[in-house]
Amino acid sequence: MTAAPIHLAGERLMLDPAGILFWPAGRLLAVGDLHLEKGSHFAAAGRFLPPYDTRETLLRLQAALRRWRPARLVLLGDSFHDARGAKRLAVGDAALLRHLLEGIEPVWVLGNHDPLPPDALPGQPVAEWQEGPLTFRHQASTAPGQGAEISGHFHPKATMPTRAGGITRPCFVADARRVILPAFGAYAGGLDAGDPAIATLFPRGARLFLLGRERLFSMPAAPARRRLRA
Amino acid sequence: MRTLPEPFAAWFARRGWTPRPHQLELLRAAEAGDSALLIAPTGGGKTLAGFLPSLIDLARHPRAEGMGALHTLYVSPLKALAVDIARNLTIPVEEMGLPIRIETRTGDTPQNRRARQREMPPNLLLTTPESLALLLSQPEAGRFFGGLGAVVVDEIHALAGSKRGDQLCLALSRLASLAPAARRIGLSATVAHPEPLRAFLSSSGNPADVRLVQVRGGAAPELSVMLPAGHLPWGGHMGLASMPEVYRRIQGARVTIVFVNTRAQAELCFQALWRLNDDNLPIALHHGSLTVEQRRKVEAAMSAGRLRAVVATASLDLGIDWGDVDQVIQVGAPKGVSRLLQRVGRANHRMDEPSRAMLVPANRFEVIECAAALEAVRAEELDGDPPRPGGLDVLAQHVLAMACHAPFHPDDLYAEVTRCGAYAALSRRDFDDVLRFVEDGGYALRSYDRFRKLFRDAEGLVHVRDTRVARQLRMNLGTIVESPLLKVRLRGGPVLGEVEEWFVSTLLPGDSFLFAGQTLRFEALDAMTCLVSRGGEGDPRVPTYSGARLPLSTWLAARVRAILHEPRAWGELPPPVQDWLRLQRHRSALPEPDGLLVETFPRGGRWFLVAYCFEGRLAHQTLGMLVTKRMERAGFGPLGYLATDYVLATWSAFEPTEVARLFEEDILGEELEEWMAESSMLRRTFRNIATIAGLIEKNHPGHEKRPRQMTMNADLIYDVLRKHEPDHVLLRATRQEAAGGLTDVARIGLILARARGRIRHMRLSRVSPLAVPALIEEGREWVAGGAEDALLAEAAALVEEVTGGEEIFAETLADVTEGIRVRAGVVDRPRHAGKPGARPRGERRARFAPGRA
Repeated sequence: MTAAPIHLAGERLMLDPAGILFWPAGRLLAVGDLHLEKGSHFAAAGRFLPPYDTRETLLRLQAALRRWRPARLVLLGDSFHDARGAKRLAVGDAALLRHLLEGIEPVWVLGNHDPLPPDALPGQPVAEWQEGPLTFRHQASTAPGQGAEISGHFHPKATMPTRAGGITRPCFVADARRVILPAFGAYAGGLDAGDPAIATLFPRGARLFLLGRERLFSMPAAPARRRLRA
Repeated sequence: MRTLPEPFAAWFARRGWTPRPHQLELLRAAEAGDSALLIAPTGGGKTLAGFLPSLIDLARHPRAEGMGALHTLYVSPLKALAVDIARNLTIPVEEMGLPIRIETRTGDTPQNRRARQREMPPNLLLTTPESLALLLSQPEAGRFFGGLGAVVVDEIHALAGSKRGDQLCLALSRLASLAPAARRIGLSATVAHPEPLRAFLSSSGNPADVRLVQVRGGAAPELSVMLPAGHLPWGGHMGLASMPEVYRRIQGARVTIVFVNTRAQAELCFQALWRLNDDNLPIALHHGSLTVEQRRKVEAAMSAGRLRAVVATASLDLGIDWGDVDQVIQVGAPKGVSRLLQRVGRANHRMDEPSRAMLVPANRFEVIECAAALEAVRAEELDGDPPRPGGLDVLAQHVLAMACHAPFHPDDLYAEVTRCGAYAALSRRDFDDVLRFVEDGGYALRSYDRFRKLFRDAEGLVHVRDTRVARQLRMNLGTIVESPLLKVRLRGGPVLGEVEEWFVSTLLPGDSFLFAGQTLRFEALDAMTCLVSRGGEGDPRVPTYSGARLPLSTWLAARVRAILHEPRAWGELPPPVQDWLRLQRHRSALPEPDGLLVETFPRGGRWFLVAYCFEGRLAHQTLGMLVTKRMERAGFGPLGYLATDYVLATWSAFEPTEVARLFEEDILGEELEEWMAESSMLRRTFRNIATIAGLIEKNHPGHEKRPRQMTMNADLIYDVLRKHEPDHVLLRATRQEAAGGLTDVARIGLILARARGRIRHMRLSRVSPLAVPALIEEGREWVAGGAEDALLAEAAALVEEVTGGEEIFAETLADVTEGIRVRAGVVDRPRHAGKPGARPRGERRARFAPGRA
């Protein structure tokens, strides 16, 4: 897999085709929207989705941690699908998660799905995380301060026109001040990057990085236009 | 029995009728307590034949009010039909003064009437499979159906073999447990295979237990082919060029039904006819996406004789008989001979007179198809799908419904379920796995024990956990899975109908489209409604529906091949079609009787390969999987394929060369399982199964207003389940059902052996005359290989090239991009369609939208 470097606030950041962001200078890995235990959340409501989403997401995270070997892991919120998600972790999954977090410093940014700190898991829960010129948030701020902002929440995806029709993939959305990460969870869906909820955050346009098998595919997104839906 | 008892004999005589032999035959079967299947063409007094024994019995033995009053249950695939039959039955009952109460129960029945019916059942209840399943899930179903004497299943040919049929079959089996004495009567149009219908009706699964009463069709239908006066199109399947002739025919007849194949075609033909309608003839439109009220209005106008013509899709294939219809026009290729005859039978509902019908081919290829269809009709050669086993997803719904009705023992339910035809071969393992799936998901590696919906008591009886589970089931009961729909509402006005969500996602405010027979301007999207106003400029688009893309087999491949192979027989064909075939010979080649013609040509940024195999759609579907797999291995970047009855067409990112290699017999040895599991066909099948089985809900209690909050992407579920528990019952059900859409690989081996050394590859610079009609067919499949990434790489490189690195946000560009280098040499005749940053044209689905190829 080939990661793509971008520069924000004078820092070099690597966008990984797995949908995660690595900051080499800070040895920091950021991951968005894991939505762990989404399957069991639905099961409690009477829909028995396959209960393997947590395991699948953790295995993907394990591969990412092996690739980048970070000192710190910033989970950008909605790490669990609901506030009680951490309590529902299966024994094996909880053990795997603890094993993954060994020797690194986890930072749990709290999201709208998981407003409470996860029980009995290492790491510190925060509303947002500041390090150097970078701010790590769950949801991008409409009035960002100095430096650059890394966030999740929106699950962006985009369709790239090709000679044989459009191809849709999850994507990063970036400009010079912020990056929004795609969702990482196995059961997380997507929202089109052209949706006003995302587009209005990038009034001067953005660059989209669509996830591929081995690399990212980049294209510009026009500034938010009149295509906003009423 | 030669005659009817009084007062029936007198009533018949007053009307100048004599009982028909099949009506008496059904009466005899009833007296003997036998079930019976009546196969008769339309207009044969079929419905009355089904009800006569019940009416006579009730006249002799009136039933007291209250529980136990229900004597006969009538099930129809259409709500409208149930309502109409109820109305028709009231006439003899009132004229003879019989003490019989008749009521309907459908999704439209108000809540208070349903409650009253549960307390005071009528003698005759007319309903649909879904409403019956709901009734059976009620705790009082035992008392309600306890006195049942007969079940009449109308249009059984349209139900058997479908998932609605599976649901009904299970319901019949349950009724047999509640009311063992109840007879069953099936009413069917003429079909190719009566045996599966008998098995469907039989309470033991054995067809021999059901008497077969067959009425040979009266006069043979008079069919003719009508061509447009002007140019006969090469491609297109809308048939608009023929509308002037269609209009003239409408002028010359009393009442015409114009049948078309898709809803989009219905909209276009309707528009075209009204543009020609100088006489202001009352012409109406009828299709499944219009609101119920609108459809009822059209049907009522038709019954009242206020219409001269109605343009209709399959929504009018079944249903109410209109005696006045004297002409049927089929626009576009008839999809199958049985279906054609059923449509033709909608004209002139008197058995002794021939029905008149016109076939209107939309393009030159369809002329050949129509010629083949006429031959098949003359040869009385019917077609139809062979029976298939009942779906496990429907069984899951049924198991939960039965638990909501009353606690059951798994052994008893298994015995009951396997007594019905569709599930006769159900293994105990599959049954137990379905039961476990309903209980707690049935996953091997991790359990949802504490969320279980069912629990077992000390005696092994299975109970439902609470009323919330029952409520959830009742909100989602049914087997019809639709793509997400949005209502179309006139701003400040009424709802006009529904279109699929993906279609709306491709519209910008101000775009116009055709719907409900008018041109509408898209204004805005408001929660679950698409707001529109009348009018609008520019070329209107036409909504297409993925439901309409269901490919249909015509079963005419052999006849079409014979016509193509025999230039001497072309004299029968109209001159433009002969010219077109000669042009094919000139530009490419004609398919030969011994050998395989394969064409390749570039088109729309892709390379197409068309193989003229003439082996039928199922065989081509399988072949499509095999060939695209080999193309992937060869690095051609296959993107998708299309299987029609006549050809296999594939498209790829790069030019397929050494075509013979793609059709070698060793493609059977490829590791296909993984490839197939990734296919759109399997994914689509899983989506439907997961929805019916209750994994993905259509409605969730408390979320009626915002259903999307609770929807899950079925593809994500599929990927996770396939990786972690590939043998889960839902995946087994998916593979089993998908296999029904494929041919077994051995048969493909024979096809390939025949083609060996005889492949004629024509490398063309553009599409050949014969390939045009194939490429507009519906039912495209996409394949998930590496081609998408290759195309993305190309597109990304092009963006870089076109913009020369100058981005829209140029001042920030230097900060952001350190560039992502692209491998050179992967660009293959680039024709970049959209501008960079152009609005996305919907998702995958949009690019395979029918009619835009």
